[in-house]
Amino acid sequence: MKEMKVISKRFDKVNPLSIQDYINTNGYTFLKKAIKMERISIIEEVEASYLRGRGGAGFPTHIKMMGLAKETSMPKYIICNADEGEPGNFKDRAILEKDPYAVIEGMTIVAYATGATKGYVYIRGEYLEALKIMKHCIQEATENNLLGNNILGEKFNFTLEVRSGAGSYVCGEEFALIESIEGKPGRTRIKPPFPTQKGVFNQPTMISNVETFANIPFIIEIGGKEYHKIGTPSSTGTKLLSLSGNIKNPGVYEVPFGVTIRAVIEELGGGTLNNRKIKMIQLGGSCGPIIPEYMLDMIIDYERFEEFESKTGSGAIIVMDDRSDIFDILMNTVLFFEHESCGKCVPCREGHVQLLKIIDKFVKRTASSKDLDSLESLARVMHQTSLCGLGQSSPTSIISTIRFFRDEYLDRIDHPASN
Amino acid sequence: MAKLRINNIDIEVEDNLTILNAAKKYNINIPTLCNYPDLHINSECRICVVEIEGRKGLVTSCSTPVRDGMVIKTNSPRVLNARKTITELILANHDSNCNACAKNMNCELQNLSSVLGIDKSRFESTLEIAPIDEDNPSLMRNPNRCIKCGRCVIVCKEVQSTNVLELMGRSHALTVTPAFGKFLSSEECTFCGQCSSVCPVGAIMEKDETDKVWAAINNDNKRVIVQIAPAVRVSLGEELGMAPGSIVTGKIVSALKLIGFDDVFDTDFTADLTIIEEGNELIQRVTTGGTLPMITSCCPGWINFAEQNFPEILPNISTCKSPQQMFGALSKSYFTEKVGIKKEDLFVVSIMPCTAKKYEAQRPEMSVDGKHPDVDVVLTVRELGKMIKQMGIDFKTLEDTKFDNPFGITTGAAAIFGNTGGVMEAALRTVYEVVNKKPLENIDFKDVRGLDGFKETTVNLGGMDVKVAVVHTLANARIIAEQIKNGTSPYAFIEVMACPGGCIGGGGTPYGTNTSVRQKRIDALYEVDGAMAIRKSHENPSITKIYEEYLIKPLGEKSHHLLHTHYHARKVKHNEDKKNVMATY
Ligand SMILES: Cc1cc2nc3c(=O)[nH]c(=O)nc-3n(C[C@H](O)[C@H](O)[C@H](O)COP(=O)(O)O)c2cc1C
Ligand code: SF4
Ligand code: SF4
Ligand code: SF4
Ligand code: SF4
Repeated sequence: MKEMKVISKRFDKVNPLSIQDYINTNGYTFLKKAIKMERISIIEEVEASYLRGRGGAGFPTHIKMMGLAKETSMPKYIICNADEGEPGNFKDRAILEKDPYAVIEGMTIVAYATGATKGYVYIRGEYLEALKIMKHCIQEATENNLLGNNILGEKFNFTLEVRSGAGSYVCGEEFALIESIEGKPGRTRIKPPFPTQKGVFNQPTMISNVETFANIPFIIEIGGKEYHKIGTPSSTGTKLLSLSGNIKNPGVYEVPFGVTIRAVIEELGGGTLNNRKIKMIQLGGSCGPIIPEYMLDMIIDYERFEEFESKTGSGAIIVMDDRSDIFDILMNTVLFFEHESCGKCVPCREGHVQLLKIIDKFVKRTASSKDLDSLESLARVMHQTSLCGLGQSSPTSIISTIRFFRDEYLDRIDHPASN
Repeated sequence: MAKLRINNIDIEVEDNLTILNAAKKYNINIPTLCNYPDLHINSECRICVVEIEGRKGLVTSCSTPVRDGMVIKTNSPRVLNARKTITELILANHDSNCNACAKNMNCELQNLSSVLGIDKSRFESTLEIAPIDEDNPSLMRNPNRCIKCGRCVIVCKEVQSTNVLELMGRSHALTVTPAFGKFLSSEECTFCGQCSSVCPVGAIMEKDETDKVWAAINNDNKRVIVQIAPAVRVSLGEELGMAPGSIVTGKIVSALKLIGFDDVFDTDFTADLTIIEEGNELIQRVTTGGTLPMITSCCPGWINFAEQNFPEILPNISTCKSPQQMFGALSKSYFTEKVGIKKEDLFVVSIMPCTAKKYEAQRPEMSVDGKHPDVDVVLTVRELGKMIKQMGIDFKTLEDTKFDNPFGITTGAAAIFGNTGGVMEAALRTVYEVVNKKPLENIDFKDVRGLDGFKETTVNLGGMDVKVAVVHTLANARIIAEQIKNGTSPYAFIEVMACPGGCIGGGGTPYGTNTSVRQKRIDALYEVDGAMAIRKSHENPSITKIYEEYLIKPLGEKSHHLLHTHYHARKVKHNEDKKNVMATY
């Protein structure tokens, strides 16, 4: 299997800082094309493409665009979510550093189609290089009349600003991110109203992932119908994957939806280092499910992933071989989320510390079957009742390992520590 | 209208209702914890979750609007299990020593646990003991009991605009505290106590001073006298099992006598006196080109707020002491002289709807001899309720008793001091007649009544149309104060009350205060007013008498010494710093 380089076509081929390089490789052709189209036709192309958000939840992008376009309160905002704080994810960073103008062009097309006039690129604080590049590129684009007032001589204004997070993972959640842009602590808000109704500064706002925006010029290029032919019916187009863990060639790979995880690991990643046996993989990063080796023939597809009650659309694959211990991994994962919880709602704020206490018993082999019940029930309650995606998805690793690796839990109960 | 099914019952409700309120209409009461009437939805506790057919997760009924065709279960096993688990999580991080908590038997968390059948959390305790904040005269904050529901933060920010309390930190280390984890005394807390009246548990409460009162009553060398504020007579009943708005004036006097107070007086008397002094001050300011607009001074929550945030407008505030402190000053001068006892042998207790009055009473200015406070102890309505229960008095069946003299004869004008607009109306009833030298045709100033945040009216005084305004809540007070600061205030006289609804909604009134309860207490005050023989302060014969006997004349030398005070600018919070720190969380 080979990669299908659509979003990553310029990676390592052009100087990412040079707007001239970008233009020479077809860059801005599609903004020029879009700006001559009816606004609604642009949204219709995105609808025909059935592009789904690449930030995790896989929400159809055209619905957000339509929602924003319909709002009449001005100004309207577009936010590019480049917070990418979840361990195991690094594909947005690759786009920001290697093809930044594609993100800017995508945002500009969306702004034109929806009537937005202001935008933010919210970049994770640790991504210093990406921050620098994005600032530079916004300036270049502005100087070339590709951002700012009367873009390309049309009656269309769109300005873009870079914002950076204070290094907290939960700021990637859309409302926490919005609060953070407003200068408040990064804690989510209740929905409804949704961001397209009342977002940043209580104005209509569309917030999407870096990769989502990077897909827009390509959709305008080939048209929604053609785009829809790539991938599977429920998941169209390509996906950038962040491949990590015990793997020979870790990195970012672009594949069409519908390929198997096994093909990605073996043919693109080159298999495990030392050719050790794969025990399990975690899909989508720390908040994703942990699935056993025998499921690797599963295809990459939003619908398949949803069966694990998880929103794994961000495209991370973390490979773990037969030496890895489930409880070590759970401990680290839950510690991460315990640290990152914003503390606003009870299940997440109080739940993570209790999860840690129970997992610790499994690590130390002092757990009873009652602890297993408690762990499972608590994880489910957190999943079902937490206020935002952090608390809803963080127990996924627990729920999935209890499902697929129940034996290991029972083994720890049946073989307690000797003293 | 939306048609939906809740627990197999078909219902039809307005489209914009939340599931919680829709269910309530059909007598299905979904338990809640962080939710509070009149405050915006918080959705932090997640207790009110319900199941909607076709959705994987559970949704909070407080924040989810109904939709046509929804099929909802409010009590499925999944829902009950979630509710129980969440409550147990809260309990695991809560100091559950109920017997040591003044909120025992009156606590929403305790009630919820009992409804869900939880006697002990299955989770290990994660409580880390933090210091108790009680180095101020008004409030006690026990963070170990705080369940982080956020109600107090919303009240302090949105209703009062005081921004003292914040959600600080994150994850399990989240705390609800004055910024930087300081104590209330080091922040610009007005001690309005609104936070204490919405706290579902015993995490913010008035400082309990009932012990001091019991000690005084049991001290044979002390003459112990008590005054009750206007709002107390229409709110105490709730504390003792009666309906909101019950008028219990005569029962209170009986109860206080049974408890052992030597004399039971009415703050309404000094409310009338306030009107005479303040009315004359207004007339003087208007006729001699004094600082205008003049603002009322009877609310210590407002005084604290102004001293901390608006030093520029302190000259606008009437120099009159509040009725509570006028009472205190007269008790430790006129009264002690009249009955022939030493000041130190008199113990003055106030029963107030207010926690800020506890602060006010210990201000150094509030002492006629410069040594002892004029008012020795201030109790809230809730604390008095507790004393009545401790005495085992069957309050509901008490006979009425009259107030003692010389501070017992009062007017309807004084009674309405207890609600927003009341001081203004009382003042207008007097000032109009004094200035225009003719009786009012209609003494009801309806424009300044009611729960609107801003009210205004125009009165003709001596041929001149004068605009007056009434505001309540400190957020509204802030707006009116900004106007004065900018020189754009069109008013001559402004009444400000810190608490929503005025003192009947005070921080020391019975728990469960909301708009409908406030309205009932207000209606009761106007009922008291309407039933009074005298309804204008200047017609109170005891007031005439005290001027003849003692004070000589309004704004005179004696008044100046006993009944007037001054204000000081106090430190200004570094809001910018605070904002920057908050942004890093
Ligand atoms: C805790 C948490 C962290 C998140 N972090 C990110 C992130 O770093 N980048 C991102 O694009 N979406 C993130 N999301 C998802 C966003 O809330 C939002 O769904 C997404 O930005 C929408 O973009 P899309 O429609 O293009 O997927 C996060 C969600 C949660 C709950
Ligand atoms: S789920 Fe966690 S991160 Fe999200 S609002 Fe609740 S406490 Fe905050
Ligand atoms: S007493 Fe009033 S000002 Fe002080 S913290 Fe409570 S609500 Fe805020
Ligand atoms: S102090 Fe009371 S009202 Fe404030 S957050 Fe804690 S429990 Fe809630
Ligand atoms: S309105 Fe009344 S109860 Fe509230 S602070 Fe002022 S005086 Fe006290």
